[in-house]
Amino acid sequence: MRYFNNPEALMKLISSMQDGMLNTLTIFFLTLVFSIPLGMVVALLRMSKQKIISAPVSLYILIMRGTPLMLQLFAVYFAIPMFLGLNLDRMSATILAFALNYAAYFAEIFRGGMMSIPVGQHEASQVLGLTRVQAFFYVVLPQVIKRVLLPVSNEVITLVKDTSLANIIAVSELFRAAKNEASRTASIEPLFVAGLFYLLMNGVVTVVFSYLTRRFDYYKD
Amino acid sequence: MLQAINVQKSFGETGVLKGVSVRVSRGEVVAIIGRSGSGKSTLLRCMNNLETIDSGEIRIGGEALVTTGADGRPVYKKDKALRMLMLKMGMVFQDYNLFPHYSVLKNLTMAQQLVLGRSKAEATQKARALLDKVGLADKASEYPCNLSGGQCQRVAIARALCMDPDILCFDEPTSALDPQLTQEVLSVIRQLADEERTMIVVTHEMNFARDVADRVIYMENGLVVEDGPAQEVLGANRSEAIKAFAGEANY
Ligand SMILES: Nc1ncnc2c1ncn2[C@@H]1O[C@H](COP(=O)(O)OP(=O)(O)OP(=O)(O)O)[C@@H](O)[C@H]1O
Ligand SMILES: [Mg+2]
Repeated sequence: MRYFNNPEALMKLISSMQDGMLNTLTIFFLTLVFSIPLGMVVALLRMSKQKIISAPVSLYILIMRGTPLMLQLFAVYFAIPMFLGLNLDRMSATILAFALNYAAYFAEIFRGGMMSIPVGQHEASQVLGLTRVQAFFYVVLPQVIKRVLLPVSNEVITLVKDTSLANIIAVSELFRAAKNEASRTASIEPLFVAGLFYLLMNGVVTVVFSYLTRRFDYYKD
Repeated sequence: MLQAINVQKSFGETGVLKGVSVRVSRGEVVAIIGRSGSGKSTLLRCMNNLETIDSGEIRIGGEALVTTGADGRPVYKKDKALRMLMLKMGMVFQDYNLFPHYSVLKNLTMAQQLVLGRSKAEATQKARALLDKVGLADKASEYPCNLSGGQCQRVAIARALCMDPDILCFDEPTSALDPQLTQEVLSVIRQLADEERTMIVVTHEMNFARDVADRVIYMENGLVVEDGPAQEVLGANRSEAIKAFAGEANY
């Protein structure tokens, strides 16, 4: 052991991995910020009665969930500049790929949540004169949130760990930083430091979701 | 007040309404009775625009909700005009359909504010007055999951009344309730009948239909078979068809 029994060395190690941690947090938060609203939109499009809308959206979901995220990272980072001619930096490509991928998973969770709302809720909204948009925001969505918290928390926990995939296109996120430190110092301890950081992040995620779950406990359905 | 003319409706191959005509005048309480599957709910749902008809005509307060075009297809009122027209109708469902995530009070105020543009104070005042009327003034801040079925149904009635509908429809409002809770809901409806409200009640409660309704409509197989004053249709001289039906319904 070189670090775990030497607080001073450990602090130094951590500070050398600081940028990686920040990049990991950036990927994590930006992915959530983009993929959750996008997932909601995708879910609504997927539920469209118009085949011309729902069919391509189904295909999108199939591809996103049916191929490795790692491959999608490559595709976004290398193929988009090649075919569309616009240059994406590594971080933007990562966030784009993650957001597109996670939106597909969230979409299916949201769709399941929306389909579980009894048709009577829509009918009651309609006879009270609500527009469909009002019914969605005031009646359906608040109930869907309660119902999807658990599956969404699963995805978010997976996302914490998936951020490490970004190292495949050389984004200097935490896992890459840890690997570099490990080979530089010929020690596996930096990898364990990274592991503890992921664990810590997921501890926070768990606390946040159990808080949200309690906040929605005020009614049963 | 409300008029359905030769309404036809089928689900796939099966005809559910085979040319139903019904007329409801202002202040009238009409009970619709009939066997399970005879099309009572479907008729009520068509009147409330919860199902679309195949052909025929439905007029609410003289205004057409739907007419049949020259090509034989139904022509519905659209968008805002449709929603505004449907505000003349109120509907109480068998299983209440309260919004579980809102308190009783919010269940009653939400649509008033969103749809009628009433202020929060105005909506709250109206809601409290109606809760008082259905005997639930003390439940305003409860959530629906903490209420009994009878209380839920009375909240649902108050919620419908908040929108000041011209016609209030009930689809078997008590069939999910045990006898005691049934009575508390029926007494609220009775009270509304005494106030000369226009109501259409689909019900299996024969005594209630006879005592409260001005008119009774008996449906069989997607057709109106009898339509007349409650005392005639359900009274001592009732027809063989009603006798047979009422016999099954323990009347
Ligand atoms: N959404 C639907 N899809 C297909 N068939 C339906 C649908 N709704 C009703 N039906 C059929 O239409 C017929 C009439 O149904 P309806 O609900 O109007 O009867 P009802 O008189 O209200 O019966 P009940 O007393 O059991 O409530 C039934 O045979 C029913 O199976
Ligand atoms: Mg019915």
